[in-house]
Amino acid sequence: MYKYILKRLLFLIPTILGVTFIIYAVMNITPGDPGRAILGANAMQADVDAYNHMLGYDLPFLQKFVNYVQDLFLKGDFGISYFTKQPVFAEIWPRYGFSVRLALMGALLSAVIGIPLGIYAAVKQYSLWDTVPSVISFLIAAIPGFVVGMLLLYIFALKLNWLPSYGASSLRHYIMPMLALAIPPAAQNMRFTKSSMLESIRQDYVRTARAKGAPERTVIWKHALKNAMLPVVTQMGLTLGALIAGAVVVEKLFSLPGIGSLIVDRIPFKDEPVIIGGTILLSVCFAVIMLVVDVIYAFIDPRIKAKYVKMKGK
Amino acid sequence: MSRNETDKTKETILEIKDLKVIYQTDAEVIEAVNHIDLNILRGRTLGLVGETGAGKTTTALSILRLLPEMTGKIRGGSIFFEGHNLLEVDENWMRALRGNAISMVFQDPMSSLNPVLTIGEQISEVIRLHEPDLPRREVEEKVDSTLNLVGIPASRKAEYPHQFSGGMKQRVVIAMAICCEPALLIADEPTTALDVTIQAQVLAMMSDLKHRLGTSMLMITHDLGIVAQTCDDVAVMYAGEIIEAGTVEDIFLNEQHHPYTTGLFQSIPDINKKSDRLKPIPGLMADPANLPKGCAFAPRCGQCREICTKEHPVLTAWGTHQLRCHLFASSEKEQERGAE
Repeated sequence: MYKYILKRLLFLIPTILGVTFIIYAVMNITPGDPGRAILGANAMQADVDAYNHMLGYDLPFLQKFVNYVQDLFLKGDFGISYFTKQPVFAEIWPRYGFSVRLALMGALLSAVIGIPLGIYAAVKQYSLWDTVPSVISFLIAAIPGFVVGMLLLYIFALKLNWLPSYGASSLRHYIMPMLALAIPPAAQNMRFTKSSMLESIRQDYVRTARAKGAPERTVIWKHALKNAMLPVVTQMGLTLGALIAGAVVVEKLFSLPGIGSLIVDRIPFKDEPVIIGGTILLSVCFAVIMLVVDVIYAFIDPRIKAKYVKMKGK
Repeated sequence: MSRNETDKTKETILEIKDLKVIYQTDAEVIEAVNHIDLNILRGRTLGLVGETGAGKTTTALSILRLLPEMTGKIRGGSIFFEGHNLLEVDENWMRALRGNAISMVFQDPMSSLNPVLTIGEQISEVIRLHEPDLPRREVEEKVDSTLNLVGIPASRKAEYPHQFSGGMKQRVVIAMAICCEPALLIADEPTTALDVTIQAQVLAMMSDLKHRLGTSMLMITHDLGIVAQTCDDVAVMYAGEIIEAGTVEDIFLNEQHHPYTTGLFQSIPDINKKSDRLKPIPGLMADPANLPKGCAFAPRCGQCREICTKEHPVLTAWGTHQLRCHLFASSEKEQERGAE
């Protein structure tokens, strides 16, 4: 098992190389340059070229790629931002921490709302417990995430004036962004949990549990749920990953200092070090989440664990 | 529970009377079990024989009241177990019975064990459910002794179902069913999913356990070989009806049989007779959503007469042997509907 985890962590190296290469390649084929973006449309071309040269932007992209990878792996250096001239790591790290915190809370909330509702909907299929949450969940699935955020802003900040509408200086500031992040995946979690539970409560071993004389509570929460959790855990992992990088809209809406909005802000300036540094951290985070999901799998399902142990034996 | 009171009566432990079960879906009503009567005597094994879809498993699930909640409905009759009508007692009563006084071995051991729990946990769960006051250590001891009884080393109880072979899994299922020493064990095709050598082992083990624990048994099967090997009494089921019943001797030795039973026997190869091919029963079983008016077997019967398609045959009895067929109804023997 540990060997497997170590192996998975080593896979991070090619992942980082691939991500870096792809971003340099994409940056290379898209128009625009940092010199023009920073100096403005009226600057002389000679000044722009000189500025780009100073940044090291005018080097061939393969060379830039090799330099970057050398700095990163040998010195742990993420470079200097073209735009702010600050070290990239110092710029992205706090924002990254903020995003992870927000996403963790959002994912947790979406699980706390979605999973129990999904279980109840499956157990009480065709009753009000099923139909009402299902209809609401379909409704939410049809609405873009930012609309949820705007509705929250309208109700709680503008009309009721209960919650602050921007910034992140106190716990109360987190409430609306968290809800805006959590509600769409909560609806998704509910549907996933429901379909997975519906499948699992029709299995023979659930009938066996009933034939043992187990009360319905035990049958559902012990026998059916554990088997139904695998797809839900996968879904949770994907949600968490998506919330870290994909919270841009919510970050913009509530003026929050997240990593997603930082990357998006720097794209017009072609601030390569920040964009690449941010993306590398995100992909590492995503890979770690997926690894955690796999480890949880092994804890839930002994058959999967057996496979890992066999791998270890090789 | 009043299990001791009834110990003095050496007779019927389970009495099913006029049981009618349907499956109701939006599209149709499936008449799975149609007014059957069954008696299981204490310490004896009743074989319930019939082809797939005849209503055998439905009958078994009705006894435990475990029919699919949304569709399966009991529409009449009674099931008396140790003096109580199981169709009238409340759910808590049923829960106390299930796995304790009446337990069931299911057909497919591959899917009837929970893949994410160790077999030890799954067996001890039954004991803890029905003897909640038993100390943990004694529960574990009971698990160990039950595993030994079914021929699995107790050291393997921390393993998961996927680490066992099919035959071993069925032993685990049987261990789960017998660990509370049930008065009635329902075995629903316990060996169908196993290969032949393992079948023989499991059957021998079950017979042995039955004698050791004095358990009555309902053995559901489509295999007449298993019936001959394990059963004392036999009921043949066709399209949700008991069409022939009696002791094993009645079924295997008597001359007179329902044409369906005769057909069942002719579908088995006989090593002593030289014949070119087997005689399978032609046609398919009657659609239980649309049963014929007369005898349900009439469309497939080689001896079908006019009356067979018009009138439902009644039960004719010779001592312990009962038949539901027009061929024998008009004979000189006395007619008795629902005779003992």
